[in-house]
Amino acid sequence: MVSYLVSLVIFTAIYAIFSLGLNLQWGFTGLINFGHVAFMTVGAYATVLPSNGGVPLVLAALIGGGLAAFLGLLIGFSTLRLREDYLAIVTIGVSEVIRLIALNEEWLTRGAFGIQRFPLPLENFRPTLFSRYVMIGILTAIAIPAFWQLWKWAKRRLQKVGTLLDAGLILTAVCAALTLWLYGVCAIALYNFSDNPSRNGLMLVSLIVLALVFWRLEWLVQSPWGRILKAIREDEEVAKALGKNVFWYKLQSLMLGGFIAGIAGALFAWQLSTVYPDNFLPLLTFNAWTIVVLGGAGNNVGTILGSVIFWAYLTITRYLPDLLKVIHGVIPVVPPTVDDARLGAFRIMLIGLILIVLMMARPQGILGKKEELTLGR
Amino acid sequence: MVDKSPKSPDFPTDVAAETQGESLADVLSEVEDIGTSMAPSQLPLLAAGGLVKSFGGIRAVDNVSIEVAKGSITGLIGPNGAGKTTLFNLLSNFIHPDKGRVLFDGEPIQNLQPHQIAQRGMVRTFQVARALSRLSVMENMLLAVQKQTGENFWNTWFRGKQIRAEERQQKERAMTILESIGLAHMANEYAGALSGGQRKLLEMGRALMANPQLILLDEPAAGVNPTLINQICDRILTWNREGITFLIIEHNMDVIMSLCDRVWVLAEGRNLAAGTPAEIQTNSQVLEAYLGQ
Repeated sequence: MVSYLVSLVIFTAIYAIFSLGLNLQWGFTGLINFGHVAFMTVGAYATVLPSNGGVPLVLAALIGGGLAAFLGLLIGFSTLRLREDYLAIVTIGVSEVIRLIALNEEWLTRGAFGIQRFPLPLENFRPTLFSRYVMIGILTAIAIPAFWQLWKWAKRRLQKVGTLLDAGLILTAVCAALTLWLYGVCAIALYNFSDNPSRNGLMLVSLIVLALVFWRLEWLVQSPWGRILKAIREDEEVAKALGKNVFWYKLQSLMLGGFIAGIAGALFAWQLSTVYPDNFLPLLTFNAWTIVVLGGAGNNVGTILGSVIFWAYLTITRYLPDLLKVIHGVIPVVPPTVDDARLGAFRIMLIGLILIVLMMARPQGILGKKEELTLGR
Repeated sequence: MVDKSPKSPDFPTDVAAETQGESLADVLSEVEDIGTSMAPSQLPLLAAGGLVKSFGGIRAVDNVSIEVAKGSITGLIGPNGAGKTTLFNLLSNFIHPDKGRVLFDGEPIQNLQPHQIAQRGMVRTFQVARALSRLSVMENMLLAVQKQTGENFWNTWFRGKQIRAEERQQKERAMTILESIGLAHMANEYAGALSGGQRKLLEMGRALMANPQLILLDEPAAGVNPTLINQICDRILTWNREGITFLIIEHNMDVIMSLCDRVWVLAEGRNLAAGTPAEIQTNSQVLEAYLGQ
């Protein structure tokens, strides 16, 4: 159970990092990037291949992120002069090209055979009791600011609505309880680090990376640099008229978002511990879009929350067969089993339905600001 | 003008190469050809000559010249479709001219990118005011500040303290300007929540935050109630006294006549006349163009 949850935490963190990159590009800069998975593909391969050649893992991951940023530079130079809808078409094309290169350039990527064996972070680390406490300490240091934010938010909300029976407050309480529970699970996993060193180590690494990326992005988007990105999202002609080099800032946004997705790609490869071209289907891009839209575009906390909800949904619907059996016991008309292919399709259908209902009820996303929708251009 | 072939907007360097051969005097003599008198000692802040721009078969701007003296408030008028806004777009290089040259502060600028022109101190506003809706009024103002330390990605990593200090300082300045245009109480609201007239004011205030030498105003009084028009005129005069030059497109003749030192008239994409407001008011050609006789 603990190892399953740890795995879930890793996936959630990786998807959150991946989606934060997209949120920078789309939520803050307004670039419609439908090929975000391309950065992840480059990041994954460019991490795994050098590390197999003996390059230290941290350096390999930075190479992965760097090459993904370089891909952003190439895409940017060739497409950023296009109107936004064309950018969407070109980026989705690029992501398929990258995947097909990975599939066909067998001398480099071993093609469809994939890469099965490569070094994983902390896999040979056998911590002493003290270093395990240090790791739990790091985990706590990440958890405390998260709780502090939740607490501040709840306090503000309570002052505003004046009652505890409020959807926002209940959601906050659920989040807090969930976080506390996961914190406990992760702490136990770190205490029993040697049960599965590579998995437990990756959990800590992913959370540290997520915390760092989130913290830097929050500061960046509030800095004058981020203000220019937001201005470009609103109206790039105004940014130009006020002396901002719009093309250059779009390029920076695309590259930084690509770098972040590249790092997510490195973590993704470590988590899967194998790399196949089929791991990087365009569906991943649209999962990231779902996450960003769910949480509220242009909101980093929302993106992380979106990732949590997305993975909670995927996990819960894994138990649909069991649920079906229970329902069959009560209402015999419902069939006791459904084949896996149909069930898979049903899960995707359901998340589409949830997204539609959410967009009708809260078009701005869960944490988006409603006022923004009522503004004139 | 000696340009022989129409220039594609993609290759502004061609124009640049040609311009360097031309002296300022050539441009200015051309400007004088269309009937303005100018003190030879005082170079204009902005001078443009022989500007041509075609859209398909239509010559929206046809061999137009204009000059704006330093410290002046210059008006640009003309019937609808005369090419005034296109001329603004050509001056600020939002649209690249087919032919012609633009000198700002004595240097050719028609081969520069729009943002580079703004950085040199010539800031434009738009006919339909463009507020950045989902940014606050204060953020709109702060965006306009030039050469901010925090605009550089790496500086955001290593110079947090300096960035915060600059932000504080600029916020104070922005507040002063917002107070002067009566928007101080809206500072933390979304700019998208402002009314049309308030957006016009915000756009002017924002242009001022950039510390420009020259502000191009495209119809500052359009769609604005009379009280607010007075306020806008008042602001323009105050800022002009503080040393900022203005070039204003406006259909409201009261505004033009009360503000401007000099007025240029366009009609059907060509220069029609130029002179003091009093001269323009009695110019039969101008009256004909406006009244269609």
